Amino acid sequence: MNTGWIAFRALIRKDVLAFVRDRRALIVSVLTPILIAAFFGYLFGGDREDAARGKMPVAVVDQDDSEVSRQVATGLAGEASLATERMDAVRARALVRQGKVRVAVVMPAGFGAAARSALFGGGQKPVVELLYDPSQSFARPVVEGLLTLHVMQTVTRQLFSANGSTTAIDATLADVRASDRLAPGMRSDLTKMLEAVREFQGRQPAPAAGAAPVGGMTVPFALSDVAVSAGPRYNGYAHSFAGMSVQFILFMGIDAGVGVLLMRQQGVWRRLRAAPVSRAVLLGARCAATTLIALGILTVVYLVAGLVFGVRVQGSALGFVAVAVSFALFTSATGLLIAALGRSLPATRGLSTFVVLILVMLGGAWVPSFVFPEWLQQATVFVPTRWAVDGLDAMTWRGLPLSAAIAPVAVLLGSSLAFALLALWRFDWDAD
Amino acid sequence: MSLVADDLHKRFGTIDAVAGVSIEAAPGAILGLLGPNGAGKSTTIGMLAGLIRPDRGSVRIGGQPLGRDADPIKRQLGLVPQELALLEELPARINLEVFGALYGLAGRLLDERVAAALELTGLADRAADPPREFSGGMKRRLNLACALLHRPAVLLLDEPTVGVDPQSRNAIFDMLENLRAAGHTLVYTTHYMEEVERLCDRVVIIDHGKVLAADTIARLVASAAPASRLRLEYDPPPDDAACAAVAALPGVRAVGLAGSTLTVTTAELGAVAPRVLECLAARGLSCRHLATQNANLEDVFLALTGRSLRDA
Repeated sequence: MNTGWIAFRALIRKDVLAFVRDRRALIVSVLTPILIAAFFGYLFGGDREDAARGKMPVAVVDQDDSEVSRQVATGLAGEASLATERMDAVRARALVRQGKVRVAVVMPAGFGAAARSALFGGGQKPVVELLYDPSQSFARPVVEGLLTLHVMQTVTRQLFSANGSTTAIDATLADVRASDRLAPGMRSDLTKMLEAVREFQGRQPAPAAGAAPVGGMTVPFALSDVAVSAGPRYNGYAHSFAGMSVQFILFMGIDAGVGVLLMRQQGVWRRLRAAPVSRAVLLGARCAATTLIALGILTVVYLVAGLVFGVRVQGSALGFVAVAVSFALFTSATGLLIAALGRSLPATRGLSTFVVLILVMLGGAWVPSFVFPEWLQQATVFVPTRWAVDGLDAMTWRGLPLSAAIAPVAVLLGSSLAFALLALWRFDWDAD
Repeated sequence: MSLVADDLHKRFGTIDAVAGVSIEAAPGAILGLLGPNGAGKSTTIGMLAGLIRPDRGSVRIGGQPLGRDADPIKRQLGLVPQELALLEELPARINLEVFGALYGLAGRLLDERVAAALELTGLADRAADPPREFSGGMKRRLNLACALLHRPAVLLLDEPTVGVDPQSRNAIFDMLENLRAAGHTLVYTTHYMEEVERLCDRVVIIDHGKVLAADTIARLVASAAPASRLRLEYDPPPDDAACAAVAALPGVRAVGLAGSTLTVTTAELGAVAPRVLECLAARGLSCRHLATQNANLEDVFLALTGRSLRDA
């Protein structure tokens, strides 16, 4: 057997055994990404069919206590995404401040009448106060939209319902006739329209006692939500497992690079170099071992993801393997670069960890890249980890074909080659 | 198989780490490289092992020039580094298998060599344990065994007994003497003169990257330091005037006072000793203890450099 091959195999075996026997490395590289990915995946909806995500806590302060304000409050309470609670203004403000309530809707006294009066621009608009938690400001526009919907529905229902009562339309007619805000022509047109409505309502039979009001303006369309992914439903774990695998495998790559510095420090590198083996065998075996370990971690993590969390390779299996192998090679090239550029152990480990964290953050492993500013989203095109995460996403929950793996694979292999060449250029062979 | 290094030079930045070192190690003998820390011993070993490219000069193993990296002649070399260069987390057996495989050993031959090495080093019952659980002496023995697996003709040992207990040191010395008896060529670097005196057939004394002397121990001592030393302990110790009086006596080469011990160097011990005692007795000083010591490598180094080996 070729002596170079014997040495190559022995060196790979050494590195793989050293990794497997190191409990800390196993926990950090395998168990931690599974746990963190499971946690993040659960937060992002997991694989639950009904996606029973948490409801947004909202306070409703009804200082008006009119029919309009009560119906608005009831409408908000019926929203699936909100968990409303009625309370007074002081408590609502306190709970928002404490972060226990995202938004408080304060409907002032006279709200119902003023809203009806202001519908056609004749009366003064009432002011509804929205108290919101600035740390979760995304909740404000959601509540604002739902509030608008329910106020419009309730006020127009009051006006245009054929329920045998003309009280509301009479009051509105009086407001329009008395309004000095409306131009004379518009006042005349509105008066004619409202009189026609009043005449129509007067001809309708009175509804049964206790019947819910009907009619009024409604949303003139129905929504059909379709989550566009590979399967019948989106599996929130799939992206988490992609991101966390990339992060923790890169951490392992750091350890592989720092390991070379450690070997130099301990004299092991000197002893290896004293043997009749080429540089290609020495560094090639190191890279091959790191690649194998990276693939091993990825395999175990995705096995658990599949068996326990239902993550599936719904795209091209060959594409998934290609992305995985490319990323494993990128990890080993990163390790080699760290070994070439690193100096003292603690500084190298600290700096490398910082760089990897930045890379995975920009790669969208922690938070989706769409929350980044536009310029940053453009910039992450140059971050290889983004391609790794995107590639794994594409082959799993997005269910894309092999062609979608070509770009990630090309970027990862290109980056690996660039890193490896830089590492070989900077590697100090004579340093012990 | 002989090892010959001719006019080795190596410069790091502005420092000449090795400046013209030439050595010759013969089969069946142990050549000692003796010098203080920083003398250039490890750099020399690095060049002899093919790890450091000399700026000038050459190394030949059995008449063949030594190259770097995958040069097959390196198969004839074994290196025992100064550091405990072991895979601390892997079992002793795996350590031996890895370092054996680096020299092309595989299969049954590797298994046999590993078993023999474990027996030789007394580690057979700890073969499954990682070196991090070993004592310093056990690690040193394993460190040595890793370099012997491929049975090199030339063994380079860079301070292989640092931090070793006396029992393990003796075990290592026994192993080295057996290797010498088996015809291996050994180059042994140390700054412990006692080790050189026990083991080495020839000695090369190095300081500041240069060879100061190279010969057998007996010849070095005879040529460079023919004097003996007389150690006298006084209480109270002699003052400066008394020391000066002793230094002025016929036959006295040097006088030194350390604490209450006066050291007198002379080539005429029999004649000088009574003169020194009389001189100091005349000054009211009575000797509490007297000892004599023949010249050794320490004296040789002192004579060559003007410094003590331990202080250098």
